[in-house]
Amino acid sequence: MSVLVFAEHDGAGVTEATRRAITAAANLGAPVDVVVTGGEDAAGVADSLAIQGVGRVWLCLGAACADQLAEPVSGQLASLVRDEGYQALVAATSTQSRDLLPRVAAALDVQMLSDVVAIEDAETFVRPIHGGSVLARMRCREPVRVLTVRATRFDRSEAGDPPAVERLEAPTEPGPTRLLEEHGSASDRPELTSARVVVAGGRGVADIGIEALEALADQLGAAIGASRGAVEAGLLPNEAQVGLTAKVVAPQLYIAAGISGAIYHVSGMKDSGVIVAINHDPEAPIFEVADYGLVADLREALPALREALEQS
Amino acid sequence: MKILVTAKRVIDSTVRVRVRPDGSGVDTANAKMAMNPFDETAVEQAVRFREAGAASEVLAVTLGDAGSEEVLRTALAFGADRALRVESDNPLEPLAVSRALAALVEREQPDLVLMGKQAIDDDSNQVGQMLAQHLGWGQATFACAIHPEGEELQVTREVDGGRRTVAVRLPAVVTTELDLNQPRYIKLPNIMKAKKKPIDRISLDDLGVDGASRLELLGVEEPPPRAAGERVASVAELVDRLKNDAQVI
Repeated sequence: MSVLVFAEHDGAGVTEATRRAITAAANLGAPVDVVVTGGEDAAGVADSLAIQGVGRVWLCLGAACADQLAEPVSGQLASLVRDEGYQALVAATSTQSRDLLPRVAAALDVQMLSDVVAIEDAETFVRPIHGGSVLARMRCREPVRVLTVRATRFDRSEAGDPPAVERLEAPTEPGPTRLLEEHGSASDRPELTSARVVVAGGRGVADIGIEALEALADQLGAAIGASRGAVEAGLLPNEAQVGLTAKVVAPQLYIAAGISGAIYHVSGMKDSGVIVAINHDPEAPIFEVADYGLVADLREALPALREALEQS
Repeated sequence: MKILVTAKRVIDSTVRVRVRPDGSGVDTANAKMAMNPFDETAVEQAVRFREAGAASEVLAVTLGDAGSEEVLRTALAFGADRALRVESDNPLEPLAVSRALAALVEREQPDLVLMGKQAIDDDSNQVGQMLAQHLGWGQATFACAIHPEGEELQVTREVDGGRRTVAVRLPAVVTTELDLNQPRYIKLPNIMKAKKKPIDRISLDDLGVDGASRLELLGVEEPPPRAAGERVASVAELVDRLKNDAQVI
């Protein structure tokens, strides 16, 4: 068996999530190769792949792949898997991999597994269903295992020797889709679904103002999350919403400020490493999932927390 | 522009899902059911295009048992013109669903297939992309805005860290996010009218699709509950615990 990992990168190096996906792929018990797609300027990404267990890096660079559109890139991946006889294709769960991998799986006529949280052996996988309220153990004996994996559930891979790098011919024909515009989030904060720390606000944030929440997030280098209530009240943007059908996050530290803890919200964050809840209502259900609960008024607790963090 | 829009019947998002005592699956027997919320935005969008004159016909499709026709009634009450159920008494995997839809697209020849980005029961997020691949069509997943522009659609996609706007040539598959629109409140007369409309049915055999599962479900379980947490008395204690016990700051 041999395994191919699809790498996500920022043009210079692979993402933290990709490094974890490489660890997940190694759990399949087979040699791991990595494929990088992108424009000609992404060749340097190979240098970031001196990672333990990575044997070979395929560079598939060219104009048609520069915008990471699913149609040309999925065609490349399907050809590479077929030509080289890979028996698994793995990527970290992200909007890019979720856009891309099902297309590859369809081209290979295999049923893929999304958002795998545990790899027991080369054919036994665990994945969450029903918004994470149920875990399903699945056996997959498809000729090619196509998986996206929840990166936060796997360790970061160790540094290793520089891999062998090979170039692939990139497609030249224009596909049915073209990129018109990209708008990054306005802030410099980390991306919500991969952030190490998330500071999330609920309706209670109305008492203190969004600025106080942002200040705490920036002090911790955290992403900002929101409950559905805070989004509906117009306090925080929809893209910050954490919950069953919104963003599902699992940071090392999740601070829920003024969030009551409806099932909908908890489904989106209960896999976090450490959960802190700050709420004035001692009966708020958020305290049932919190590792550390502080019953306090946000107007006093947040400034005090910032000051204590400053001094610690 | 003819639109085919899909809708799946799922356990209502407000219901707490329970696992059968023997771990063989999720208990759906007495659970309250509803249209998958992502599909609701897709149906709403299809009907809006129809009302604005951008679409000539909206065909709503579901795959499932007789009970799943409930979501087709809802789609008709939203304003879909026709409804069709692909009959399947067993749950289908995304690959089989995408094959059945591809065969249906060959028959119905829509210019656009709209569907929710994922169903909130299985959470796979695969069918739209697989369908686009089978048909050799372009795709725009996770749409939060869709504007027809001649032979193309301009679609704004919600992606990690921001948004991307793409132009996709028709015919195409577009999958929807919740903030694409706010689905309408259905009025009672529309519900009554929808009850009288016919629902077409077609079998997987007629579509030439094998509905057999490729994966084997070994069992389901509820994730282990979080160990009971504790209350801290002050901000100072909280910071101390985070620093020295949990070591996360």
